[in-house]
Amino acid sequence: MTVNPTPASATPEGGHLLELRDLHVEFRTNEGVARVINGVSYHLDAGETLAVLGESGSGKSVTAQAIMGILDTPPAFVRSGQILYRGQDLLTASEEQRRQVRGKEIAIIFQDALSALNPVFPVGWQIGETLRQRSGMSRGDARRRAVELMDLVKIPGAAKRIGDYPHQFSGGMRQRVMIAMALALDPKVLIADEPTTALDVTVQAQIMDLLADLRRDLDMAMILITHDLGVVAGVADRIAVMYAGRIVEHADVRSLYKAPAHPYTKGLLESIPRMDVRGQELSTIKGLPPNLMRIPSGCPFHPRCPYVQQVCVDVVPHDLVLGDGRTSACHFAQEVRDDSAR
Amino acid sequence: MFRYILRRLLQMVLAFFGTTLIVYALMFAGQGDPIQALAGERPVTAAQRAYLTEKYHLDATGVGGFFYRYFDYVKSLLQGDLGQSLTGRQIGDILQAAWPVTLKLALIALAVAIIFGVSAGVVAGIRRASIFDNSTLVLTLLVLGIPTIVLAPLAQYFLGVKWQLFPPTAGSQPTFYALLLPGIVLGSLSLATALRLTRTSVAENLRADYVRTARSKGLVKRRIVTVHVLRNSLIPVVTFLGVELGNLMSGAIITEGVFNIPGVGFNLFRGIRTEDGPLVVGIVSVLVVVYLVSNLVVDVLYAVLDPRIRYE
Repeated sequence: MTVNPTPASATPEGGHLLELRDLHVEFRTNEGVARVINGVSYHLDAGETLAVLGESGSGKSVTAQAIMGILDTPPAFVRSGQILYRGQDLLTASEEQRRQVRGKEIAIIFQDALSALNPVFPVGWQIGETLRQRSGMSRGDARRRAVELMDLVKIPGAAKRIGDYPHQFSGGMRQRVMIAMALALDPKVLIADEPTTALDVTVQAQIMDLLADLRRDLDMAMILITHDLGVVAGVADRIAVMYAGRIVEHADVRSLYKAPAHPYTKGLLESIPRMDVRGQELSTIKGLPPNLMRIPSGCPFHPRCPYVQQVCVDVVPHDLVLGDGRTSACHFAQEVRDDSAR
Repeated sequence: MFRYILRRLLQMVLAFFGTTLIVYALMFAGQGDPIQALAGERPVTAAQRAYLTEKYHLDATGVGGFFYRYFDYVKSLLQGDLGQSLTGRQIGDILQAAWPVTLKLALIALAVAIIFGVSAGVVAGIRRASIFDNSTLVLTLLVLGIPTIVLAPLAQYFLGVKWQLFPPTAGSQPTFYALLLPGIVLGSLSLATALRLTRTSVAENLRADYVRTARSKGLVKRRIVTVHVLRNSLIPVVTFLGVELGNLMSGAIITEGVFNIPGVGFNLFRGIRTEDGPLVVGIVSVLVVVYLVSNLVVDVLYAVLDPRIRYE
């Protein structure tokens, strides 16, 4: 075992498409400082899907907004770290350079499309706005392209619905509008921030399939942020599990599902109801997510961890690199994985 | 939408008859001898008394007689005849002379509220908790706290009499310049409310999710504020200003009184003071219509501004 954090996949020539290095973000509020992101590092290469998994308040969405540069400052402040896009650090770039990246290089779709779309403008206008403002397209061209984009995300009767307002669409269709808008400028990276959380289960599957198809057809890289393990399995290549603003485990999907190497991931997987085991009580992770203003000492997961020892209370665990290129921020990563594999 | 407007118009008919009936009853209930009131101090001959009793159906007494006279009044009202005031002038003529003055005053007041109130509100909403925001907050509280009955004479004394920046009173044929100071005084209340409303609305909308989306589209900040945020923030402000215009159109009794402006409020106040029943009822009947129509216009405007609002 080494204690040097190394990525879970080999670095391609010319570096990663997108790479976060030791990102720290805090929220300064009247009640105190909440340390929301505490040293997050992950990367994304062209054409792959990275799932970022974690419960509410683990910092998944804040990380995404930090990448986009759309955090509300104040209260949010990026304290340190780097966000490298094609080798350029976005955090030191000028606001104008960052604006150019938004939508064109990296685009994002949000959880609740109803509130994320402007209620007083027709959807076609909102999709076209990006094209008119960013690519200097004429009104007519933008309109035609908006219909194409709505066709692309499979909205039935796109040409007829272009003048409709967001509230006139169903939840699933609204999320498709959101996706169409994000795709307007052909981004290289698409961040999907809990894209299906606000939707019915059947619609969730359709949207996930659509995202997977679009990612492949348009050759994008995708960061899929979710708290739903079920959503991840079929779509993602790699998974980064977040807890209290840290990446606690990072692995390819297959080996993570087979044998999680962090007690938190293990707990998450065990708390999925299983159809094949009847009459057994559903296991849960005891306790509550930590208060980000008073993150526990040592390993932030130790108050909830079944593997807890004195070392967990005293020492913050490093990312341990396990044999097959996985990392786990647990003092007992090896034991947990061996336990899980049994 | 059409059905909605139709229904509202029908409701307006009911509201119109209800309010005129109440005002009519209140105005004539307290009167002792209407014929003597009509004549003032002069004596009334028996022949005149008989003629007027006949003309106004004053021989019918009790509730029945009251409704008899009320329906008489409504009948002529529906024919466009507002009747005569006790001074013998046609009430229609009085209103025709007074309304343009009140309208001018109302528009000045509204312009003041829009130009200063809305724009300052937008700035205060964007720069929340700044010095500008806090000072407008204190100033608007001050304006909202001082009643017009105090503010109007103060403005008249300092700006009109002492420093002589504006004419202190308006006179019978007021010019735009003469109406400016009263317009500002009258508009200051709407200004303060419009400012607070705009500020809150802008501040709230700036935090909305769709603003985050607009930023993620890579739009420039200026466009996000002037197109996305303003379009949403101004919905409540526009409806407030619409209702406010309806209120202002019905005349400002205090402001018109202090600055001696021969508008609707001025005439209404004179009618109340001299117990001129026909004049008061006539003006109020028309005011009711103005108010009902302006409210309907505002409701329709609201649906136009906000596509989420649907009237069935």
